[in-house]
Amino acid sequence: MYAFEIERPTSVAEAVTALGTEEAQPLGGGQTLIPTLKQRLAMPSKLVALTAIADMKYVRRDGDTLAIGGGTTHGTVAKEAATHFPGLAGLAARIGDPAVRNRGTIGGSIANNDPSACYPSAALACGATIVTNTREIAADDYFQGMFMTALEEGEIVTEVRFPIPEKSAYMKFEQIASRFPLVGVFVAKYADRVGVGVTGASNDGVFRWSEAEEALAGDFSADAVAGLTAPDASDMISDLHGTGAYRAHLIGVMTKRGVAAAS
Amino acid sequence: MTEVTMTVNGKSVRRAVRGNELLVEFLREQLRLTGTHVGCDTSQCGACCVHVNGELVKACSMFAAEAEGAEVTTIEGVANADGSLNVIQQAFQDHHGLQCGFCTPGMVMSAASLLKENPKPTEAEVRHWLQGNICRCTGYHNIVKAIMAASGQDVATVAAE
Amino acid sequence: MPKDHGIGASTKRREDVRFLTGAGNYTDDVNVWGQAYVAFVRSDVAHGTLNGVDTAEAEAMPGVIRVFTGKDFEGVGSIPCGWQITDRHGEPMKEPPHPVLAQGKVRHVGDPIAAVVAESLQEARDAADAVVADISDLPAVVDMKQAVASSDTLVHDDLGTNLCYDWGFVEENREAVDKAIQEAAHVTTLELVNNRLVANPMEPRVAVGDYSRADDMSTLYTTSQNPHVIRLLMGAFVLGIPEHKLRVVAPDVGGGFGTKIFHYAEEAFCTFAARQIKRPVKWTSTRGEAFMSDAHGRDHVTKIELAMDAENNFTALRTETYANMGAYLSTFAPSVPTWLHGTLMAGNYKTPLIYVNVKAVFTNTVPVDAYRGAGRPEATYQLERVIDKAARERGVDPMALRRQNFITEFPYATPVAVEYDTGDYNATLDKLEEIADLAGFDKRRAESEAKGKLRGLGINCYIEACGIAPSNLVGQLGARAGLYESATVRVNATGSISVMTGSHSHGQGHETSFPQVVAEMLGIPEDQVDIVHGDTANTPMGMGTYGSRSIAVGGSAMVRATEKIINKAKKIAAHLMEAAEADIELKDGAFSVAGTDKSVAWGDVCLAAYVPHNYPLEDIEPGLEETAFYDPSNFTYPSGAYCCEVEVDPETGHVTVERFAAADDFGNVINPMIVEGQVHGGVAQGIGQALLENCVYDETGQLLSASYMDYAMPRADNVPMVTVDHSCQTPCTHNPLGVKGCGEAGAIGSPPSVINAVIDALHSGGFTHVTHIDMPATPNRVWAAMQG
Repeated sequence: MYAFEIERPTSVAEAVTALGTEEAQPLGGGQTLIPTLKQRLAMPSKLVALTAIADMKYVRRDGDTLAIGGGTTHGTVAKEAATHFPGLAGLAARIGDPAVRNRGTIGGSIANNDPSACYPSAALACGATIVTNTREIAADDYFQGMFMTALEEGEIVTEVRFPIPEKSAYMKFEQIASRFPLVGVFVAKYADRVGVGVTGASNDGVFRWSEAEEALAGDFSADAVAGLTAPDASDMISDLHGTGAYRAHLIGVMTKRGVAAAS
Repeated sequence: MTEVTMTVNGKSVRRAVRGNELLVEFLREQLRLTGTHVGCDTSQCGACCVHVNGELVKACSMFAAEAEGAEVTTIEGVANADGSLNVIQQAFQDHHGLQCGFCTPGMVMSAASLLKENPKPTEAEVRHWLQGNICRCTGYHNIVKAIMAASGQDVATVAAE
Repeated sequence: MPKDHGIGASTKRREDVRFLTGAGNYTDDVNVWGQAYVAFVRSDVAHGTLNGVDTAEAEAMPGVIRVFTGKDFEGVGSIPCGWQITDRHGEPMKEPPHPVLAQGKVRHVGDPIAAVVAESLQEARDAADAVVADISDLPAVVDMKQAVASSDTLVHDDLGTNLCYDWGFVEENREAVDKAIQEAAHVTTLELVNNRLVANPMEPRVAVGDYSRADDMSTLYTTSQNPHVIRLLMGAFVLGIPEHKLRVVAPDVGGGFGTKIFHYAEEAFCTFAARQIKRPVKWTSTRGEAFMSDAHGRDHVTKIELAMDAENNFTALRTETYANMGAYLSTFAPSVPTWLHGTLMAGNYKTPLIYVNVKAVFTNTVPVDAYRGAGRPEATYQLERVIDKAARERGVDPMALRRQNFITEFPYATPVAVEYDTGDYNATLDKLEEIADLAGFDKRRAESEAKGKLRGLGINCYIEACGIAPSNLVGQLGARAGLYESATVRVNATGSISVMTGSHSHGQGHETSFPQVVAEMLGIPEDQVDIVHGDTANTPMGMGTYGSRSIAVGGSAMVRATEKIINKAKKIAAHLMEAAEADIELKDGAFSVAGTDKSVAWGDVCLAAYVPHNYPLEDIEPGLEETAFYDPSNFTYPSGAYCCEVEVDPETGHVTVERFAAADDFGNVINPMIVEGQVHGGVAQGIGQALLENCVYDETGQLLSASYMDYAMPRADNVPMVTVDHSCQTPCTHNPLGVKGCGEAGAIGSPPSVINAVIDALHSGGFTHVTHIDMPATPNRVWAAMQG
């Protein structure tokens, strides 16, 4: 790691001020950023740790919406979202491993938008709202390709608001080494629509599989997916763990299984 | 440099740390608590697992400065008060749950967190929990057995010999 | 009743207490007062001309003590290779130099170019970033067949070829084998890859060099399986330091699996640099560095042909293998695809004619050397895969085909130059059928099918040659070292014992199992015996631990030394009891005179040896300490039969190992608990090779699987409980303990059964066009194979 300073503000306002320094970078749970720093792939002058901001750690239900503070760990979401939104709790419970879930946060995951992060698929499928210290952003506008988001410099994800679906499930087909999703599919069924968010697969990062959404809106069954043409393999990531064709195929399988498992 | 104060294995310590100083570096180099090991640089192997405020954490993936005010427990702090092996440690010895010993401190810390959350885990639950702890020696057979035995279960019926 | 102490008892491991409490002393836990820290500058290209290294900026940075480059090592020796192969035409292998820091060229990603020594690791790493290496990129040699086919790009220009050697074994059989294959009723052919692996002991390598000006003494603390070998190679061949001025210490070592046998540049660097700057110098590998600097394993590409007569008797076997050496010859690299591989091609079968051809190839990749099993897994995999394929082609039961061709009479001289002393392959296969519950397979398959999964059953046999090795034999085969082992048994005045052994424990539990043997021989409690190992300053010259040799060779040395102790102690006891030496018996820790009630305790004899007031000084010396060097007369030949059951998800190609059983013949067993643990671990590594692990380079020589993010280590949920049995015991006939060794069996015996099971599962699902899937059988590969 390069040398840098670290600050631990206890409020969002303090964090925003601290992030005003040149080359300052926010630090969520650090489970992705710290390994990146070890490889000297980032050279911040200062890290602003968000873990001491108590106001950013909560899972709150407000009617049909589940609001999760940006600093909430995956472990907490796995436990506290379970009764309100089991699909999301199930997603959180399978990120990384127990130690990683005790540190990694939803805000960090959403802000980083790793092409194989789990949360973005749920945020897209559910049409979540990404709340920052300055504004609210619709998920469809927020995710802009691999590691690209609508966030401005110094902007912090303070909350993610999920409309709670009637039924949902997250199906993760793991890359065998990292255990990140090779393909992850979040299926969310609402009264008037179905969302299908796909992570891990596409060269463009997380995306909604709209053909499946349309087919499932009329007939929320595994059979409805079976007849669909898989997404174009040439748009999919091809690497040592899987070809584009394989990933495209898995999207169909995982979607089908997600529909069958949705609760 | 920043001053941090934390409690490690019941003792309060105050030291100056670099901004980029990892908790595991702080423990190993400043406190000479070398039982916590480093086996990778991608937060996967789990040899560095410790407890921070009672929660399982990879000490290679947290900065020392972030442990300000925290209660940290390392492998050096988990034996019984008289120095004898605790239930989990003893089960690891009884069931040959370690060979080279390098991953062992992390395994023991991870197992303790599992049993706190799930006092009678199934074999599948133990294996799932251990996703974040890699062992190259044992094939996990005897680690799983040891953890189940430490939970008070009869391992003869769950584990083939 | 199982024994509760001595040979055959599952004594709990005494070393566990320190490992379980964080009190182990691994090399990275060693900190020498005043130490400086090293950061290596490593090549980020696979192949290039090194025009120069600019260190000026780095040298001016804070905390930097000195920056070393290849120039500093001109006049310093090359890292040596310990084994010379003679090729088919009687020519010695090509042996290029291997400088400590690159000179003139860089030859693989990770090749060290410079090293910064600084006051802190942070300063060393920061300055390493400022070192500028001027490299002109060259095309990379990655594919072995292309490397041999064309000399356009050479890893080592002076050699004129990328072929290290072209080995034929047994060359005299070549024509007869060709003829037999031509005339055979049936020939089964299989082309396969034995995937490149990274050993990945959980403890990364560490080296701490120290130098004492006062007595001109160098000390190296290192993560090694064999400190004496490192002292010899580094002292004599690289740095020119005589043994009495060089101490090598390998304290607690966190796993080795072969990759910590070899002498590495970083060890020589730290020892050299400490002498230069007159301060201790410490290097700790990161995992990322380990992937590009630890010697890799396997990496063979093989074509195997098995000929049979009309009754399915094996008549001939022919193989052609390309074996990757990487960019330089690691310590034992040339021996792995040859003597540790070709000699095992008979397997458990009486195939009368065998010819093995191995082309060892230089490529722009990390050096490849021994990894758990070393050559024997490669032999076993191809043989047991081709037999399975043959059984399918001939429509016969794969177990029956094996039984039909088993060697059943011992000793048996194979057509590939080794003589198996004992074995009973039908017995281990019978045992396997029982412990694997093969009778229940059809029911389990039906249950899997009801869940939409395909279930497959795979079995294989294996034989290995271990207990490495008779020195005179390996000398003829090109080894530049002896392969004896040593032990000093030091009986202290009050009867406690320290055993100094040349073997090294890095997980095998020698501190527990070795005392079991000595305690059994003397009839004293195990806790009266301690093992000292890992330090050249206080152990006799020994060759270390690898090749499943510690108990078979090191244990035998200990037995011989203990026998000497008993002989001398009997003389002392005879004197004390005024009896004839021939009448003295040792039982339960006391010496007695046969046919009388006279007896003297062990401790009293020991005390007399050191307080020789009443002592036969005219006949024997005081003291009770003996050393023995043991050189085996043959390899040992553990064997066994393994069974794997997998489930395949036909929609995704994902394979899960549902059951695994291993029936081994290890001869006599000292500590069953430890032996079973060795099998568990070896099997997990074998499952890892078969389903998960793959070290991958792209065509430019970039390492794609350079961390645990891309190199799949087996985790707890990748492996099942393993049913193990070692009750079939045909003791080794030529060592005093009758032991064969168990360290590598699991890794040797398991990969073929996993792949055989995957193929069986696919056939059960109607995918009969799939005859082979290369390891690792990843979900993508299995799915692609099903698509046809």
